[in-house]
Amino acid sequence: MKQNGFFGQWGGAYIPEILHQTFAELTIALRQAQNDPNFWQEYLELMSTYSCRPTPLTFAENLTKHFGGAKIYIKREDLNHTGAHKANNVMGQGLLVKRMGKKRVIAETGAGQHGMATATMAAKFGLECTIYMGEVDVLRQRPNVFWMEKMGATVIPVQDGSKTLKDAINEAFRDWVTNVDSTHYVLGTACGPAPFPEMVSWFQSIIGTEARKQILARHGKLPARVYACVGGGSNAMGIFQGFLYSDEVQLVGVEAGGKGLGSGMHASRLCGHDASPGVAQGYKTMFLQNSDGQMRETHSVAAGLDYVGVSPILSDLAEKGRVRFESATDDEVMTALDLTMRMEGIIPALESTHGFVQAFKEAPELSPDDAIIINQSGRGDKDIFTIAHAFNDPSWKEFIIARAKEYS
Amino acid sequence: MLLEKKLRARLEKNKILLMTHIVLGYPSMAANRQVIAQMVAGGVDCIEMQIPFSEPMADGPVILKANQDSLAAGTKVADCLAFGAEMTARHDIPFLFMTYYNIIFKYGEEKFFKDCRDAGIVGLIVPDLPPEMGENFFKLATEYQIAPVLIFTPTSTDARMAELDKVAAGFIYCVARRGVTGKQSEFGKDFNTYLARCRAATTLPLAVGFGICNRDDVTAITGLADMAVIGSETIRLVDAHGPEAVEPFIAGLR
Repeated sequence: MKQNGFFGQWGGAYIPEILHQTFAELTIALRQAQNDPNFWQEYLELMSTYSCRPTPLTFAENLTKHFGGAKIYIKREDLNHTGAHKANNVMGQGLLVKRMGKKRVIAETGAGQHGMATATMAAKFGLECTIYMGEVDVLRQRPNVFWMEKMGATVIPVQDGSKTLKDAINEAFRDWVTNVDSTHYVLGTACGPAPFPEMVSWFQSIIGTEARKQILARHGKLPARVYACVGGGSNAMGIFQGFLYSDEVQLVGVEAGGKGLGSGMHASRLCGHDASPGVAQGYKTMFLQNSDGQMRETHSVAAGLDYVGVSPILSDLAEKGRVRFESATDDEVMTALDLTMRMEGIIPALESTHGFVQAFKEAPELSPDDAIIINQSGRGDKDIFTIAHAFNDPSWKEFIIARAKEYS
Repeated sequence: MLLEKKLRARLEKNKILLMTHIVLGYPSMAANRQVIAQMVAGGVDCIEMQIPFSEPMADGPVILKANQDSLAAGTKVADCLAFGAEMTARHDIPFLFMTYYNIIFKYGEEKFFKDCRDAGIVGLIVPDLPPEMGENFFKLATEYQIAPVLIFTPTSTDARMAELDKVAAGFIYCVARRGVTGKQSEFGKDFNTYLARCRAATTLPLAVGFGICNRDDVTAITGLADMAVIGSETIRLVDAHGPEAVEPFIAGLR
């Protein structure tokens, strides 16, 4: 990282003055933690006892046979406690919050996984917790809302703007500037003002460190390619960091293609032609915005990818050509999900499935001596309502109708 | 800079100045025209015109909604600059633009400064651009003689205030409390200590904002600050009673 939190020309900390001191203190706390070997030990201990780390690297034998190319491995972040890679970041920030002595945490959430993880951490560490969630996402991810509330968090549906992730982030910042003394904002992805992109990536690097060791043990050499879906970019940053300096490993980020890159209804910032450099939500990156700098509506079947910006670190890696960016449409995602469930008995989250789509496109062109890794950032059972709806599943519909009658 | 000079001249006549705020294009530019005429007739000393942005991070619900409605009605940045030029030609008070940095960044920093100067704008308030992120911006501000107004907050240390004072011009906007725009502030003993710290940190005039909505609030800061900022309150007033309620409201503030 360069001075002032820039990665190449991206990043920075474009923050209201009221937060200046808080960011200064947060940066100091982060530097102290980074320089204290005990901190990372404590983190590893927590993640191996409270969550399921190291998460397995699963050989997808049936999918490998089906595509007849590279050996397909899946990094199982879905097996983390709370069901996604989000726990890595949240538990790390939780340890920092304890060090800083703050008593309350707030978070934004899109898919609900980060909110879930934050509510869990708050319950464990005895912190007060408020979660901001776009109203559209509250409807898409009802099961997660239920669990957050059960764990004692207050979930506030955000009704401004597009009522999705970016609006939840704005609202969390508004809370933070009001309650800056007592509260830490547990930002959920590798975006936002410095030091968040760096800090979140640091906690998520545990994925890549494990995956590198695991693939070398299983396959005897580095993978040819690594795939990860990219919303804000934290799971991608997590796994990519294990291979960033091994140039022979191609890193592929897969964004939400929604209804297609030409449709205007997608969330692809680094592939496609609809994004341009901008500064919003406290940082500089590629944003989906109009020529006046107003943010555009985004679309994805996956709430967690439905976001106007992207990690400044990934914008930098894209510009430098280190990470290649592709996109997967909603329809491609449903097909890949169906295949993965039937062939492997694994249910990836809709977000994660974007990575599977691109891996499936490319696996056949690689040799059986090659391995590829897909980062399964989360589990799909949270998406049961969306997935059942998209598959137009008759028995699910009957169940919902019957249950609704019971409640009416 | 020009802005400070104009404010100092007005301070010769009044112990406390009044600055008001409007969101351009909300509810319409035609209404903005009427509201500004009312504000000027009511005796305001300075007006900040907010160019709407889709992500107004530092604004509370009232101004947030005004931003969204203005954009939904199709307000463009170019319309705002043209409107600014029209206002400075019509009314003899200083006009500022307030907006978020992305608007200026996308417009092109130098072009924005040039067009602001041509439009007669004398100051800019950009709440998400701290000095360390805006090297080029602050250089251009000096070059084009448009005052970059910076913000002091109750969380600002003395050292930070000193840093901000080095690059600020026109006046210092002292935020009365933690939080977003449009919520009530309490002007207690801590507040007086805070304002005294602000005063010690700069020779620029001090404006106080965030939650000022009546004559008592204005009286409370008279003698401590140089200018009271009335933000969300006039939006609420226009929403409830129309533009013609503005002149008597402003005239009744001091």
